[in-house]
Amino acid sequence: MKDDTILMAHGAGGKKSAELIRQVFLSRFSNPALSRLGDSAVLDSIQGRFAFTTDSFVVEPLFFPGGDIGKLAVCGTVNDLAAAAARPIALSAAFVLEEGLSFSILEQVVDSMHAVADEVGVPIVAGDTKVVPQGSADKMFITVSGVGEIPASVEPPAPDRVRPGDLVLLSGTVGDHGMAVMAQREGLRFSTNIVSDCAPLWSLVGAVLEVATDIHCMRDPTRGGLAAALNEIASLSQVNIEIEESAIPINEGVRVACDLLGIDPLHVANEGKMLVIVPESESQAVLSAMKKHPLGSMSSVIGRVNDAPEGSVYLRTRLGTLRILDTPSGDILPRIC
Amino acid sequence: MADDDWRMKYVDEFRDDKLAREIATEIRQEASGPLKFMEVCGTHTMAIARHGIRSILPENVRLISGPGCPVCVTPQWQIDSFIELGKLHDTILATFGDMIRVPGTCSSLEVEKAHGADVRIVYSPLDALEIARVNPTKRVVFFAVGFETTVPAVALAIIEANKLGIGNFFVLCGHKLIPPAMMALATDPEIKINGFICPGHVSAIIGSAAYEEIVRLSGIPCVVAGFEPLDILQSILMLVRQVVKSRAEVENQYSRVVTREGNVPGMKCIYEVFEVGDAEWRGLGIIPRSGLRLRPEYARFDARQFLSLPVVAEHSGTTGCECGSILKGVKSPLECRLFGKRCTPEHPLGPCMVSSEGACAAEYRYAR
Repeated sequence: MKDDTILMAHGAGGKKSAELIRQVFLSRFSNPALSRLGDSAVLDSIQGRFAFTTDSFVVEPLFFPGGDIGKLAVCGTVNDLAAAAARPIALSAAFVLEEGLSFSILEQVVDSMHAVADEVGVPIVAGDTKVVPQGSADKMFITVSGVGEIPASVEPPAPDRVRPGDLVLLSGTVGDHGMAVMAQREGLRFSTNIVSDCAPLWSLVGAVLEVATDIHCMRDPTRGGLAAALNEIASLSQVNIEIEESAIPINEGVRVACDLLGIDPLHVANEGKMLVIVPESESQAVLSAMKKHPLGSMSSVIGRVNDAPEGSVYLRTRLGTLRILDTPSGDILPRIC
Repeated sequence: MADDDWRMKYVDEFRDDKLAREIATEIRQEASGPLKFMEVCGTHTMAIARHGIRSILPENVRLISGPGCPVCVTPQWQIDSFIELGKLHDTILATFGDMIRVPGTCSSLEVEKAHGADVRIVYSPLDALEIARVNPTKRVVFFAVGFETTVPAVALAIIEANKLGIGNFFVLCGHKLIPPAMMALATDPEIKINGFICPGHVSAIIGSAAYEEIVRLSGIPCVVAGFEPLDILQSILMLVRQVVKSRAEVENQYSRVVTREGNVPGMKCIYEVFEVGDAEWRGLGIIPRSGLRLRPEYARFDARQFLSLPVVAEHSGTTGCECGSILKGVKSPLECRLFGKRCTPEHPLGPCMVSSEGACAAEYRYAR
């Protein structure tokens, strides 16, 4: 009989575990390194520097407009590698499943991980599954780690390499992912047209690397949004970053929902956007490469790096006034009125 | 989608920076002498800070933030009471999101939630009622804070609960009324305000006529304002012109939303369920007839029946905290020695720092 529900036995290491691995994972993620089923995946040697990253994913609901936890997990790790200018070469995926989860939900998520990993061209070479009793986890948690290869000719971009005079480029609209998930979770009836921007950014970054010789920093502005990412960079590089409000594209639905809830879209998470900070001399070439890419068609120069005050981010508002752009304090909470 | 297009076009018109600069120039040309205008509403405080409006005004026109952030003016003992209710068996607490981090005397809802209290964030009191409907074996307590803007929805939830016979839905009522607080400020000899920027959302419910008595008794001009930069700047210009011409009237800049009479069915709904009583405003103390409490016929929805503790009075507050003076517009956040040092949005000590709408939080976030 084919199982339709995750049982504790699926995590116990016996026949049921083997069945789960075969039925759900091996059939989808098939590749030579994984199929050997060793305790570790053995990879071919990597030339030069490599990047290594890990990220855990918990999202409620598991499925949202524009994606699901599986797509999010692969994209998140791929994008972290991409931000280091690293071509993803292998991923691992560890699942914590709640007893009682339906197989078809797990299969949909794994299908979606497979589809996006395939699109990027990165194999999932190692994995693990644990099952916890009902109530001990919320349906499914996924941890994806990844290694990537940094081309020998590239000085790895880093958040402490930004210098005064650099320009700040952004690959598109902000706030889409966070508001899509919030709208879905809270059943906000007025914002049904918001779609997560969840997407793998390696090919966009690849296109940038082809034209740029010296990228100072790349970062995908996820939790905490654009504001948090810029503040981290300003602080690590000890510079001031000044951003132009009117240059930051925001989808209409996102802007309306943020206005109504009193949320700053610059504090909202993105899952398919890249901040690219380059010397001014490189900016035109990089911008046009980004704009030619389907995931970067709305790219723009959103700001400039100054030397002081160190560690601060300013926003030039539409009125032409200057204000601080701060990191959000914690969870984003809608206001009362 | 079509609705959004329409709305955005509408909003964009009110964010037209060229027009905004023109109005700012007019304010500069026409304002004479030092002028202090108070924006009463927290949403105005946020908008002013977010758009950097202070920095395009001439130096002699100062904006000061009033007591219009409902979270900020909720006394700590009331938060303590709500937290106490969450410790009762089988009780779900439902609250608006921005109350979550506000510190009571020794804890906050955020901390209590981590310790196991069932705290749910809702967007509307009707969501809290729905939680009660689907959890018939649990007691659901909604923390009803907010001004006239939020009260009609709470009243509606209570009327609905009454009609449907939902017996496990309760409210802890901390509702407050804006005009009595403005009257208290307007007649306080310590305060010198040259004009009130009146809250657009509240006015949509109570109508602009609600400020006529304040103008009559205090001689302070009032302008009801919308929330876009242009709305706010235009309201300031209207106040400047009243002062220059020695006029004191209620004017309505936000006429696309606010009428003189307000939302009559909404007001009827409020007073079907609530009656006026005295209320304590954190930082300002007790203001007579400035709050709402449940009418006796709706007393069974009052969550206070489950509190064994007597209602505690506000303790003396944090030493050195200037929130009282800041809420009255006598001092600015920067004049408080705790501001930005011991008192930050992550560790708020005074009411003005607790919500993003508070005068100190807005100052900290956008203008430091």
